[in-house]
Amino acid sequence: MGSGDIITPLVMGLLLGGLYALIALGLSMVFGVMRLINLAHGDLVALGSYGAYALMTVVGIDPIVGLVISVPAMFLLGLAIQKYLMGRAFAISSEAPLIIAFGISLVIQNANQIAWTPLSRALNTPYSHMSFTIGARQFPLSYLLDFAAGVVVMLALRYFLTSTYLGRAITAASQDKKAAQLMGINTNRVYGYAFAIAMASAAIAGVFLGMTFPFTPTSGVSFLTIAFGTVIIGGLGSMLGTFIGGMILGVFQTLGGYFLGPAFQMLIVYVIVLVILAVRPQGLFGR
Amino acid sequence: MSDNVQLKISNIDVFHGTFQALWDVSLEVNGGEMLALIGANTSGKTTLLDTVSGLLHPAKGTIQFEGKDISRMDPYQIVELGITQVPEGRRIFPEMSVLDNLIIGSYSAGARSKKMENLKQVYEHFPRLKERGKQIAKTLSGGEQQMLAIGRGLMADPKLMLIDEMSLGLAPIVIDELFKALREIKKRGITILFVEQNVRRTLQEADRAYILETGRVALSGTTAQLCEEDQVKKAYFGTDVCGI
Repeated sequence: MGSGDIITPLVMGLLLGGLYALIALGLSMVFGVMRLINLAHGDLVALGSYGAYALMTVVGIDPIVGLVISVPAMFLLGLAIQKYLMGRAFAISSEAPLIIAFGISLVIQNANQIAWTPLSRALNTPYSHMSFTIGARQFPLSYLLDFAAGVVVMLALRYFLTSTYLGRAITAASQDKKAAQLMGINTNRVYGYAFAIAMASAAIAGVFLGMTFPFTPTSGVSFLTIAFGTVIIGGLGSMLGTFIGGMILGVFQTLGGYFLGPAFQMLIVYVIVLVILAVRPQGLFGR
Repeated sequence: MSDNVQLKISNIDVFHGTFQALWDVSLEVNGGEMLALIGANTSGKTTLLDTVSGLLHPAKGTIQFEGKDISRMDPYQIVELGITQVPEGRRIFPEMSVLDNLIIGSYSAGARSKKMENLKQVYEHFPRLKERGKQIAKTLSGGEQQMLAIGRGLMADPKLMLIDEMSLGLAPIVIDELFKALREIKKRGITILFVEQNVRRTLQEADRAYILETGRVALSGTTAQLCEEDQVKKAYFGTDVCGI
C-alpha cells in the first residue's frame, strides 16, 4: 500500500506519458502508413538507448547532444531497411515483412548482448539525477525532460505531416494507398520515409528512456509492450490520441504502483488495455 | 484515324491474377476530345483506366502517351507525364481537409509550381470547394465529394483526365452540374476519357464512345454513328436513348 499524497504519482504518470507517446509514435506511424506491425520497434528504441550509451562511454558525448548524430544515423538506417529488406518482403507477401521485423528484433537484441553483455545499463548524466520542485513536492528532472521531448517531437511531426508535401503524402498514403498513387505519390518512397521517421523517433525515445530507467539487451520487449498499450488506448491515426494514450498509460502505471505496490503497476496497465480492447477496440481517439 | 492521337492503346491483354480482364483491346484518344467508355459491370472499363494509370500493367500490347511507351511505368511517373485519374467511388482522403486534398493533388513535380493557378481554376469550376476549404473531406455531401475528386485531379495539371463512374449515386441536378464542369474543363484543352453507367447521358455529352463487352471492344465510333446503328440501339441503349 502506498502512503503519502496522490498528487506525486499523478504528476509523474503524466510526465512519463509524454515519453510513452514518443515510444508509440513510430509504431503508430509505420502501422498507419505501411500496415505493418513492426515487432522490432521496441528493439529499435533499445538500439537508440545503446547508441547513446556507446557515444557517451566511448566518445564522451552527452546523450542529448548525441542525438545530432544518432537521429540522422537511424533515419538513414530506416531508409535502408525499408529499401533493401521491407520493400522486398512486401513484394513477396504481406506476412513476410512481419517475419523480417521479428528477425531485426532478434539481431538487435543479440548484437547488444554481445557488445554490452546482459548487464543492465543506464545513461547517467550530471542532470539525470537532479530533481525539481513544484510547491513542496519533488520530482525527478528526467521525467520533465521526457515530457518535454515528447511534446517537442509531437509538435514537430504534426507540423511536418500537415504542412509539407512529403508529410501530406504520408498522411494521404495512410488514408488511401490507391488514391495516393493516383495523385502521383511514389508510395515506396513514402514507405521509406515513414520507416525512417519512425526510427529517428525511436532514437530520441531511446535516449530519454535510458536517462529515466535502466535498460538491458532485452528491454525492447517491454518498450514494445508500452508502445502497443499506448496505441491501443489512444487509437491509431491521431497524434493527440497517441499523446493522451501515453499519459493515460503513464498515470495508470504510477497510480497502480501507488495503490497496489510496484509489482502491480504494469498489471493495471494490461487490465486497462484489455478493457479498452473489449469496449472500444479503435481506441479512445481512433476513427 | 487522326494525327492528333494523344493516347494510343494497342492490343493489350490485362490480367487480375489468373483472370483475364481485357482481351486484345485497342483504343485511341484524340487530344482535346471527350471520349466515353460504355459497358456493363465487369466489362473491363475500370481495368482499362487502371492500366493506363499504371496501377496494372498489360501482359501483352503497348500504351503510348504522346508517342511515349508508358505501359511499364509506375503510377507516379504517369501522373508526372500529365495523366490523372478521378477514381470510382471518389476516394478522397477522408480525414484531410478539403484544401489539403486539393494540395495533395498537386504533388507531382510539374504541378507544384502551378499550384496557385490551378487552385484558382478549381475554385472557378467549383466555388463550393472554396467555401468549404477547412472542412474535413468526409463530411462533404456525395456531390461535393465528387467535385473535390475532380478538383483534386485538376490540381495535377493534367493533359488527359480519366474519370471513372462520376455520376454513380448522385442526384440528376448534381450530375448536370458536374457535366457542366467537364465541358468547361474540355474547353480549356484537357482531354477527357470517362466511364459511365448512364448511357443516355453519355451519348449526349461525349464526342465518341467505345463499347466494351466482357473485356473486348465491341464497337466504337462517334456518338451520332453509334446511335444510327439499329442493332446497337436495341442491344445497349434501349430504343429511345439517342433522342435528345
